Amino acid sequence: MKPASFEYVAPTTLDQALERLAEHGFEAKVIAGGQSLIPMMNFRLAQPSVLIDLNKIAELSYIRLKDDELRIGAMTRHVQVERDALIARHAPLIHEAMTKIATPQIRNRGTFGGSIAHADPAAELTAVTVALDARFRLQSAGGERWVPADEFFFGMFATALGPDEMLVEAAIPVAPERTGYALEEEARRAHDFAMAGAAAVTALDEGGKCSAARLVYFSIGDVPTDAGDAVAVLIGKEPTPDLIQSVVDTAADRLEPSDDIHATAEFRLHLARVLGRRALQRAFERAAVEAN
Amino acid sequence: MSELIEVTVNVNSEEYRRSVEPRMLLSDFIRHELSLSGTHVGCEQGVCGACTIQLDGAAVRSCLMFAVQADGHQIRTVEDLGTMDELHTLQEAFWEAHGLQCGFCTPGFLMSILPVLEENPEVSEETIQRAMEGNLCRCTGYQHIRDAVKQAAEKMVAGGEA
Repeated sequence: MKPASFEYVAPTTLDQALERLAEHGFEAKVIAGGQSLIPMMNFRLAQPSVLIDLNKIAELSYIRLKDDELRIGAMTRHVQVERDALIARHAPLIHEAMTKIATPQIRNRGTFGGSIAHADPAAELTAVTVALDARFRLQSAGGERWVPADEFFFGMFATALGPDEMLVEAAIPVAPERTGYALEEEARRAHDFAMAGAAAVTALDEGGKCSAARLVYFSIGDVPTDAGDAVAVLIGKEPTPDLIQSVVDTAADRLEPSDDIHATAEFRLHLARVLGRRALQRAFERAAVEAN
Repeated sequence: MSELIEVTVNVNSEEYRRSVEPRMLLSDFIRHELSLSGTHVGCEQGVCGACTIQLDGAAVRSCLMFAVQADGHQIRTVEDLGTMDELHTLQEAFWEAHGLQCGFCTPGFLMSILPVLEENPEVSEETIQRAMEGNLCRCTGYQHIRDAVKQAAEKMVAGGEA
């Protein structure tokens, strides 16, 4: 058997799970879909002494509209998100991202909350949730708090989650009218980890000028990298191809990607320029269609 | 060794009860505890797809689940398809279209593709390609597998299966 021994608990309610987590803290690991954690356990990179399985907690699996937000329960599987009509309508960027996440078999088991809490720098949902101004509800036996996506990711596999906290829900603002979106990524093989990627969300006003623009890279650094001001200069202007090009060049100049076995820093920078431009362009094209 | 946990699973419409360590992977459980060796174990890190089985009807990697997590669930493995004398439509198509050479990856491909065809055998080229995306084959170059799936899909549509 590949993984090291552990004690297994499978609570059926969230409260029970939080109690167990409070009891064991750092010694325990919460398992959602397990599609990243089990490979790590098989390699013995992760050796939790207690495994708290969330798969029997039905209350953590849902997609619903509440006020102007989509609420996604942490244990909602990727395949459910991929096929959900509310998501397709109100969070098209998430809908587009789903089929790029891993393989169909992984999406049948992997979960929305698990992917975010795992915080792999190459995970699409890290950049997507930042680009959409999502918030995450973190719960412990002692209470709960909401953390915005852009304050949640601390580093590679590191997040704002305390040892007794669990990510239980994501809230995503419903896409306003005249909004466009796009996700671009490049990987060596279909469904492999992206060497670089970019998520864009843009909006156009009635005169065809940019009224909002967001570009967030993933797999460029340890955390999702928001192009921020570099892209905000588009606001109030007509997003011409030349202007988009100059904006992504400025944004790319501020990036500091690193080398690894998948890609050199130089190649990543090249990808960031190309994918950033494509993502913004496609997002504006879609915003224009939405506006008509 | 940690405490043994009793697991009851329904595999290919038969109920099995075993006591296992929590760390036992579902793939090892199927092969070693149930002696169903049709499920192959390749990478054990979720990349190759050779160990794909169906959990409650959905294709999943059995190396990325613990056997204890399958308690109370329905599992379907490649043994549930045809027999040597009477192959399943999909298996026969793999045979006819040369969808395999060494055959190591084949059970995984079959179990990944079958739920897609069973849901709707009128599949597009793109749907076939997507259904194959999570499985690696080092022999065929995939073209013959795609041909086999097409052939099986056509037969299933004609025969009113699924």
